[in-house]
Amino acid sequence: MGVTMLSRIQFALTVGFHFIFVPLSIGLIIFTVIMETLYVRTGDPKYKTLTKFWGRLFTINFLLGVVTGVAMEFQFGTNWSRYSEFMGDIFGSPLAVEALMAFFLESTMLGIWIFGWEKLSKKMHLLAGWLIALGTHLSAVWIIVANGFMQHPVGYVLRNNRAELVNFWEVLFNPYAWHTYVHTIFACYSVGAFFVLAVAAYHLLRKRNVEMMQEVVKYATVFAIIATLGNAITGHFNGKNVALRQPVKLAAMEAKWETQTNSGFSLIVVPDEKNERNSIEALTIPGLTSWMSYGSMDAEVLGLKDVPVNERPPVALTFWSFRIMVLLGFVMLGLAIAAWWHRRKGTLMDRTRLLKYLMWSIPLPYIATNLGWMTAEVGRQPWTVYGLITTADSVSPVALSDVIISLGLVVVFYAILVGLDVYLLVRYAKAGPEAYDERQVAVAD
Amino acid sequence: MSYELLQVIWFALWGLLWAIYFGLDGFDLGSGMLAGVFREDEEQRHLIGSLAPIWDGNEVWVITAGGVTFAAFPKLYATMFSSLYLPLFIILFGLMFRAAAIEFYHHMDFDKGWQRIWGWVLAVGSFLVAFLFGVAFGNIFQGMLLDAQGYHGTIVSLLNPYGLLTGVLFVVAFLMNGASWLAHKAPNDELRAKADTFAKRIWPVVLVVAAGWLVYTPFATNLMQNYLKVPVLFLVPALAVVLLVLTRVYMQKGQHVFSLLMGSLTVGITVIAGVIGLFPNMFPSKIDPAYSLTAFNSSSSHYTLQFMFIVVLIFLPFVLLYQVWAYKLFGRAGTGSEAEHY
Repeated sequence: MGVTMLSRIQFALTVGFHFIFVPLSIGLIIFTVIMETLYVRTGDPKYKTLTKFWGRLFTINFLLGVVTGVAMEFQFGTNWSRYSEFMGDIFGSPLAVEALMAFFLESTMLGIWIFGWEKLSKKMHLLAGWLIALGTHLSAVWIIVANGFMQHPVGYVLRNNRAELVNFWEVLFNPYAWHTYVHTIFACYSVGAFFVLAVAAYHLLRKRNVEMMQEVVKYATVFAIIATLGNAITGHFNGKNVALRQPVKLAAMEAKWETQTNSGFSLIVVPDEKNERNSIEALTIPGLTSWMSYGSMDAEVLGLKDVPVNERPPVALTFWSFRIMVLLGFVMLGLAIAAWWHRRKGTLMDRTRLLKYLMWSIPLPYIATNLGWMTAEVGRQPWTVYGLITTADSVSPVALSDVIISLGLVVVFYAILVGLDVYLLVRYAKAGPEAYDERQVAVAD
Repeated sequence: MSYELLQVIWFALWGLLWAIYFGLDGFDLGSGMLAGVFREDEEQRHLIGSLAPIWDGNEVWVITAGGVTFAAFPKLYATMFSSLYLPLFIILFGLMFRAAAIEFYHHMDFDKGWQRIWGWVLAVGSFLVAFLFGVAFGNIFQGMLLDAQGYHGTIVSLLNPYGLLTGVLFVVAFLMNGASWLAHKAPNDELRAKADTFAKRIWPVVLVVAAGWLVYTPFATNLMQNYLKVPVLFLVPALAVVLLVLTRVYMQKGQHVFSLLMGSLTVGITVIAGVIGLFPNMFPSKIDPAYSLTAFNSSSSHYTLQFMFIVVLIFLPFVLLYQVWAYKLFGRAGTGSEAEHY
């Protein structure tokens, strides 16, 4: 394997790890500050206990987001220097704005929020909490704006052997970026909501902290329904966005080989990349892909055979990532609705199987978000910036041995950090809010 | 504004960001290293607990320095970070693990064994970051093995005498500031006295290393050229020396918040003094100045520089404002660990 491939693996690993933590941070902070808002409005100490409980889990998780993020930012320079040189005039700005506008805000406010319970008034403390939430959401804006340019370059001109920025606002209001943004944010909410539901289900199954956890489920199910429904809707529009701006990616996502009008959607498809066909294609709804993508059954959908082989993304990987993501999205929506319904009827405690499903559903949104990211990024290949620069032309002229060492260290160190993180999350989640209260008493004594 | 003026302004901002980073995170890295010296449970708890609310805000300055380098000097960003590939990765891992150490130290307060491990991880991680950043800047001041084909150095070639000396300078100066911070935050006389003694003992070491570095610099680097051209600039390194002396004066008075302030300013002004000597180079070539990366040949376009300058003017004051707020909350004297109310 060469430098390019190893650099890709290293980048995919670091981004993949980063993208495990970030969605939970964004989703969980919203739920946590909703709990704190309830505390400030009602004065009920139960909500304070819950705020601290979810806040602790948020903190453990957030740290890993920060440290894996540090490696991200410098990797564009270390491993993708030719990309950075070609694209820095445009790509660097959103990253710099992200640091100035979002990183400072979230990291400074997090310190104030965690350690400032005794130093601030209730309302100022709540404000710090919402500012963390704002920071995480702003951070997502800028990184997705940067990614949006890679997907659909706008507001630039090719000059002096590089891409130069000519209109920042075009880059900021890139429609591709905002389609991705809302979809991603709802995905983050799904991760947060299902994390909360799973922890609540764990306690309910053991009949521990029942009253408090039922209160949690009340809010978390609504949160989960909003998130998953939002994902389905924004996902649909995102699909249209891809169809319009990256037809090749759409063809790979749907495993379409022939260009045709009235293109159908098959419920069961198994692509056969080598022979440029699908080995299985069944339960086809005629015209659905055309209609979903372009709003008309008569619309023409591009087939991969009309794209030169060297400009096609890996089809099977793109296809399966997308398919499984959509499937998981519907499973989660179903689970959320079922949990919401039974909580309303007051029968949730009797539904042990549903509670178990909820508890074990914790990985589903993680898998779905990472698959969504893979669909977006693998589907863009062979380009780093769509139509402008390929991945192979982006890589740094560094020694193979250097990349082997750094990749090895990334794997080992990240495994250690992730292992500890999961261990701590599980431990604190299992301990529950009341054990946590006792601990506070112990500290006060 | 003209393109050249913007390039100069961005060069200055670039230097300023590094100066702020080393000024702020310097004492934080120094305290981190001291976790290997102040190892008794109570004192280590106060040391790490005093860093818990502020380390993250300090560290964002290095992310910002990186981000701004990317936005304003993409060619520099690309060349510098790919050239210093392995050292930079070690710095990144150091930053990651020291952050993890501070947080996990508190999350794992149920296990003394783990806490001891995290104390050591913090110390070693902080040391690596401080030392390697020093080595990196020492080498940049000296010039890199850069030609048309790119960079030709290795990790071994970076460990030359001047690079090593700069690394040591960073380490001892940061240790001094870390000790001032600890003395300032110490919740009892015993810890305060111990930290104060450490600061007073390391101060002469800083003085000697700094003096050696100042004498060595004209021989090892071309930093003097700008100073000889505009002699009034000598006031900047002179100011650093005065600040270093003031650091000791305030130690004597027992006003640790001021010895911390003066010590951090010493670090910041020293970085600025180095960057002044560097101008307009940012990543100079030792082989032939024609291959040096300068503020003028590695910057972004006129439009980007202008636009980003406005962005910085708008957001930097906010950043400073709420960072001051954080220090007002968590920087008070004698409060020890701030991690009691998790």
